[in-house]
Amino acid sequence: MGTTESAPLAVEDIRADFPILEREFDGTPLVYLDNAATSQTPDQVVDAIVEYYRTYNSNVHRGIHQLSQEASIAYEEAHDRVAEFIGAESREEIVFTKNTTESMNLVAYAWGLNELGPGDEVVLTEMEHHASLVTWQQVAKRTGATVKFVRVDDEGYLDMDHARELITDDTEMVSVVHISNTLGTINPVADLADLAHDHDAYMFVDGAQSVPTRPVDVGEIDADFLAFSGHKMCGPTGIGVLYGKEPILDAMQPYLYGGDMIRKVTFEESTWNELPWKFEAGTPNICQGIALAEAIDYLEDIGMDRVQAHEEQLAEYAYDRLSEFEDIEIYGPPGDDRGGLVAFNLDAVHAHDTSEILNEFAVAVRAGDHCTQPLHDKLGAPASARASFYIYNTREEVDKLVEALADARELFA
Amino acid sequence: MYRQQILDHYKSPRNYGELEEPTFTHVGENPMCGDTIEMQVKLDDDEEEIEYVTFQGDGCAISQASASMLSEKLQGMTVEDLQELDRDDVVDMLGVDISPMRIKCAVLAEKVAQDGADIYFGELDVDKTTTEDDD
Repeated sequence: MGTTESAPLAVEDIRADFPILEREFDGTPLVYLDNAATSQTPDQVVDAIVEYYRTYNSNVHRGIHQLSQEASIAYEEAHDRVAEFIGAESREEIVFTKNTTESMNLVAYAWGLNELGPGDEVVLTEMEHHASLVTWQQVAKRTGATVKFVRVDDEGYLDMDHARELITDDTEMVSVVHISNTLGTINPVADLADLAHDHDAYMFVDGAQSVPTRPVDVGEIDADFLAFSGHKMCGPTGIGVLYGKEPILDAMQPYLYGGDMIRKVTFEESTWNELPWKFEAGTPNICQGIALAEAIDYLEDIGMDRVQAHEEQLAEYAYDRLSEFEDIEIYGPPGDDRGGLVAFNLDAVHAHDTSEILNEFAVAVRAGDHCTQPLHDKLGAPASARASFYIYNTREEVDKLVEALADARELFA
Repeated sequence: MYRQQILDHYKSPRNYGELEEPTFTHVGENPMCGDTIEMQVKLDDDEEEIEYVTFQGDGCAISQASASMLSEKLQGMTVEDLQELDRDDVVDMLGVDISPMRIKCAVLAEKVAQDGADIYFGELDVDKTTTEDDD
């Protein structure tokens, strides 16, 4: 792999790290374009998982024996690695969770249920993933707080005037998806964080689609919270991250109770462990946490700037090629201003039929509402097909997508 | 999966529309897919045999072709026969392999017709039928 920031990715070298990409279905090579749902896992990460289970599998923070020490150190250092990756101050600000959804629920339960009440407002956007939308909706129902939604305009951008209108001194939390998993819109999260902070509200950034695909620095955004998942960035499933500014996490009550999150327990009272362990009750996903650190090493070897450039080039190419169909609707901003995904519908073909026919060409895309039902209602489509790209995808694979779509269109014409 | 028969029924649905005097009308919806089907059934005077069936709907090829084919299949069947239909019968009728993820699309029309009959005969009380919770 090259090392210069501006050089294009050595995609063939990268692909060699992902044996799954060599799979064929009835002689047709797999074209994996469902990376916004989950990315594939390189050998380096699989090897780290194997090494853990073969050589130092043990519970963390429990034993004084050698294996437990090795596992504990690797697991703790994984927090340091994540902290460094997103520009956090220290491991105290990095809580390992199961996934982005759990990270959001952690804040919703530990902060939202305790701090919100009637008159308080949570500001989301119309393009939020259900992980945030449903969670804050439920917190609002329980606390009497109100949820408001920043409008998405016809081009798929946030209406920032509307955001300025909605975010007021009644706002306690602004939670915004950094890159829409449906529209591909890259939201101005730093501007929104400024707005939130002007009104003493917290800013929660849903980084599920952004952290895997571009440099994200919590300091630059000035995010109070950031959530993302390991399995969308070359890591395994079962590991997610909640970043929170240390003083905020420090003031929050625990979300789950049990082992490892305590300091002193009597029959009457308990006190809490230090950050981040206060929020990691019970035996955590040790191996997955360590493997996430390995995935970060893998991505940083490539360089997040180059990952971003590759994503954007493929998204633009896909957008342009798909635009060749006159009877296609592509959702979200133009090709030169979006994250690495394109959701669309062919006029005469239901998204599930599209996906089924693409599958016959061994092209894997997502079809459905992508966990954004209210946004799909607004778009007037119950479902869409979505192609999403990652470091190992090529223009030739986009061409195969377009060929398969042409076939689907023909079949249904 | 998309044999000619399914595409033909999808593009030119049979018995599409409304009956003048249906014995019962029932609606089904799979909101996650966006498939909707309304079926109207006219029974004979003894309310034992199905005389006419029409449907209207919107959704994927599998769901709509299944409704179209079922509307033909049901005419002349008894209500009892209708209630005995199961997913294997629907898959046989479609004549193609249906992947596990798409079974809910294939059986929506069948379930709508069955639930419609059950509601009419007072054996069921639901507003809308869905097959998204079935698997």
